[in-house]
Amino acid sequence: MTEPEIIARVLAGERNLFHDLIRPYERMVYLTAFSILKDETEAEETAQEAMISAYRHLATFRAESKFSTWLVTITVNAARQKLRKAKRATMESIDERQETAEGDFTPAFLTDWREIPLAALERGELRDAIRAAVAELPEIYREVFTLRDVEEFDVAETAKALGVSENVVKVRLHRARMLMQKRLVPYLKTAAPPKRSWFGRKS
Amino acid sequence: MKLDCKHVWGFISDYIDGSVAPELRAEIEKHLEHCEICSAILDSTRNILILTADDRTFELPVGFSERLHERLAKELEAEPG
Repeated sequence: MTEPEIIARVLAGERNLFHDLIRPYERMVYLTAFSILKDETEAEETAQEAMISAYRHLATFRAESKFSTWLVTITVNAARQKLRKAKRATMESIDERQETAEGDFTPAFLTDWREIPLAALERGELRDAIRAAVAELPEIYREVFTLRDVEEFDVAETAKALGVSENVVKVRLHRARMLMQKRLVPYLKTAAPPKRSWFGRKS
Repeated sequence: MKLDCKHVWGFISDYIDGSVAPELRAEIEKHLEHCEICSAILDSTRNILILTADDRTFELPVGFSERLHERLAKELEAEPG
């Protein structure tokens, strides 16, 4: 059954098919909410609310846009609304949401690291470092980075979901990626496999 | 046009996404051929993105799916047909 067929059948009364409809998007919805709220419990609650909201408004979904884009837009709005409501966020978000050209967006140098340290990923150290680096990004960069590079939306979908232009997405993404590179270089260096000696294999 | 390192850094993100114009792409590649610093920056950035997109890096909380579908089931039941 294709996605448009499932949607049509849910709307025609087979409500339980909604479970199947959203199953592929659970991770996307949760991570989007988390990128804005930075709190597991609140992100989970918001993800649930966004899914329920999508169900209630399913009849307003227009097939010319992708269901995933529509769903992620609902999630972004729900998470931002929650952030606004939370007193603790009000003060921060005013400062944090401002676009700024300040900050160091130049990359960090390294010359001895080329391999993808999959072994380090297995051990989880690098995963922790990546999660921490994403959490440290300013909100406007974290949102874009999460949609583009964690969830792998394209530029147009990201722009639509966040309500900004494609050019803004590209600029913020570039800055986010440079901040990530700079922040993670020390981990990459320590994760680099030892260089082989001139005589071949290391013992 | 001769590109210096700083120029190249400004295009790294677009270069990775394949969204720079062909002439500029050729210029960047020419620069990368002889510049180890920029090559390493490009490789490290690209590798960070590969690791970031790995499903194991960002996971759902344990039990997320069960709790979600439980709550949805209540909603689906409650809704008048």
